[in-house]
Amino acid sequence: MSGDRGKLTIFIGYAAGVGKTYKMLEHAQELKCQGLDVAIGYFESHGRADTIAKTQGLESIPVVGVEYRGTRFSEMDSDAILARHPAVCVVDEFPHTNVPGSKRAKRWEDVETLRDASIHVLTTMNIQHLESLNDQVWDITGVRVRETIPDWVVRQADEVVMIDLTPRALLHRLERGVVYERVKAQHALQNFFRESSLVALRELTLREAAHEVEQRNETDPLSTSTLHHLRILRARHPKILVFVTPDPKSAMVIRRAGRVSDFLEAECFAVTVQPSGDLTGLSENDRESLERHLKFARNMHIETRILAGTNAADALVDFARRNGVSQIFVSRPRESKWSSVFRRDTVQRIIGMAKDMQIVVVSDRSR
Amino acid sequence: MTVEHHRRTPEELLREVQAEEAAANKRGHLKIFLGYASGVGKTVRMLDEARRRRARGQDIVVGAVQPQQPPAAKELLSQLEVIPLKTGNAIDVEAIIRRRPAICIIDGLAYDNPTGSRNAGRWQDVAELVDAGLKVIGSINVQYVRELSDEVETITGKHVSETVPISFLKTAEEIEIVDAPAGDPTEHQKLSKLREMALVLAADVVNHQLSDYLECHGIRQQFSAHERVLVCITPRANVEKMMETAEVIAERFHGELIAAYVNQAEISADDEAALNKKLEVARAHGARIEVLDGDDPIDTLLGFARSQGVTQLFIGHTQRTGLRARFWGSPVDKLIRLSRGMDVRVFPQ
Repeated sequence: MSGDRGKLTIFIGYAAGVGKTYKMLEHAQELKCQGLDVAIGYFESHGRADTIAKTQGLESIPVVGVEYRGTRFSEMDSDAILARHPAVCVVDEFPHTNVPGSKRAKRWEDVETLRDASIHVLTTMNIQHLESLNDQVWDITGVRVRETIPDWVVRQADEVVMIDLTPRALLHRLERGVVYERVKAQHALQNFFRESSLVALRELTLREAAHEVEQRNETDPLSTSTLHHLRILRARHPKILVFVTPDPKSAMVIRRAGRVSDFLEAECFAVTVQPSGDLTGLSENDRESLERHLKFARNMHIETRILAGTNAADALVDFARRNGVSQIFVSRPRESKWSSVFRRDTVQRIIGMAKDMQIVVVSDRSR
Repeated sequence: MTVEHHRRTPEELLREVQAEEAAANKRGHLKIFLGYASGVGKTVRMLDEARRRRARGQDIVVGAVQPQQPPAAKELLSQLEVIPLKTGNAIDVEAIIRRRPAICIIDGLAYDNPTGSRNAGRWQDVAELVDAGLKVIGSINVQYVRELSDEVETITGKHVSETVPISFLKTAEEIEIVDAPAGDPTEHQKLSKLREMALVLAADVVNHQLSDYLECHGIRQQFSAHERVLVCITPRANVEKMMETAEVIAERFHGELIAAYVNQAEISADDEAALNKKLEVARAHGARIEVLDGDDPIDTLLGFARSQGVTQLFIGHTQRTGLRARFWGSPVDKLIRLSRGMDVRVFPQ
């Protein structure tokens, strides 16, 4: 047992209130009944009586108070959990950002520490917290979710369980004040809980959960068509290149490429082209944007490169050819750039030059 | 998904949901719990919901129970009113309709009725109850879905003869999936495959419900949750490569695959032959073929793509690079420029 990394089970839902925490606690109780040493590291009741009732009999490791700007916050006490060393630890709200001054910035990083110590962890999150789906969630709900979890963290979870509830039932719960305290209900409803948004989010979650299940079953797939397609992908070893610029749309292209490369089991590179081969010589704004985008890519476990070249299209396509890249992801150029007849935009040039590769122009779904 | 209607206030939204339910009283209401195997907790989940509704004052009756029950289910059942099954495991449709409960629980939809019964299968009994204006909550495992039973048999090795068609599941107003960590480690692989099938089935039903809802409310929208790939076929297209990639992407994303061609007024015999061959290739890769009519090929394709909620467009690279093409914009340029809300994948020719 020691030396084996703790397992991670994620309970995922399409919205707040579907019953993830409840299910997680129910599963924890089951494990306790099977004789395992289970403790609660952190859980958020949101005032829901049902959920609180489910903690009965489970040991709760006290939270630690962290002082920040004169206010006292309660955070999960990773040190205490490591000292107590249960076999299984319940950690609610996977995407939570820790208060500044905490050892680690994110709760998911705390969970990694627990798993390193061979503690199994049960946790919860919503579909909106998955980094690669940030644009789609924004498109569906109009909300740009800031607290996200990189896809690779979810990918290495041992199990992803979907907690489902019909949007009708969820809206009824909201109405009865079960989900959030009545005070919060108004605001929450408007932004997220339109029935059409909920249905779309739910479908997104079901498909994502199906994908997560499939990925974990891939050592020896049973469906002949899956086997056939995986063989094609693995033989080809596809390589995807993402063209990164200071343009804010780069984030969206990186997410999209990251997601596709995950689904196609492809290697992914995020590349920018600068005359100097580094980020000097750019305006302050541009440099900051580019640094942010490259860091974002690295957080998604995508390799980054800064290429030297005065002509972006030439340098990019050259790099692509030399590295056996089969797909280049770019964003659609701004409307005004199409108007020039003689001065072709970088993306148009890439399309013109890279005749032996697939070019994917990623859509923006701006409202 | 861009939705073109004004943002309603929470009160408007809730009133609408309630009004819909009241209006829908002529036809009853069907809610289905979908599981991937026995033991995931569908029965307990259903009965627990029944208990909670009863505690809130709703008139609940159980119309069918499974032959074997986990202890938790037995406990919940003891607190509920049960209308016993008739001999041969048939539900007592007449008794239930006479009783007119607010909600009727039917645990297990996939049962054949004995010969001489009013309906051949239990699912048809349930359809009758719903048509009579009752609200029914039923449960089913993915292996009993008719269109999936062959694939399930390949996975589990067990033949299942009593099945329910997907079309019936799609009539449900609500479907809820009961997912659970795959318990038995020795069966893990098979159970995972069944889990995946159940999740995709639920997503398809939900997608169906979403379309219905949006159509009902006159909302024009673009889908975001479901990948739909549209491959544009022309006489010169590199169809083999496009279709291979499209097929893999559709499968990996559990998405849809469509191949479309815009009819040209004048087409040479050679081009026509080439085109037909390519459409055959597309068909062989599992695409749904659409032949479109329209003056402008790009506008026609984009109009079709939008109406279908296409998320990815595949097109072959244009050969034309002369000044004229650059001035007017090649077809590919135009397609990229006008295709908001869809990714465009340009293939080498």
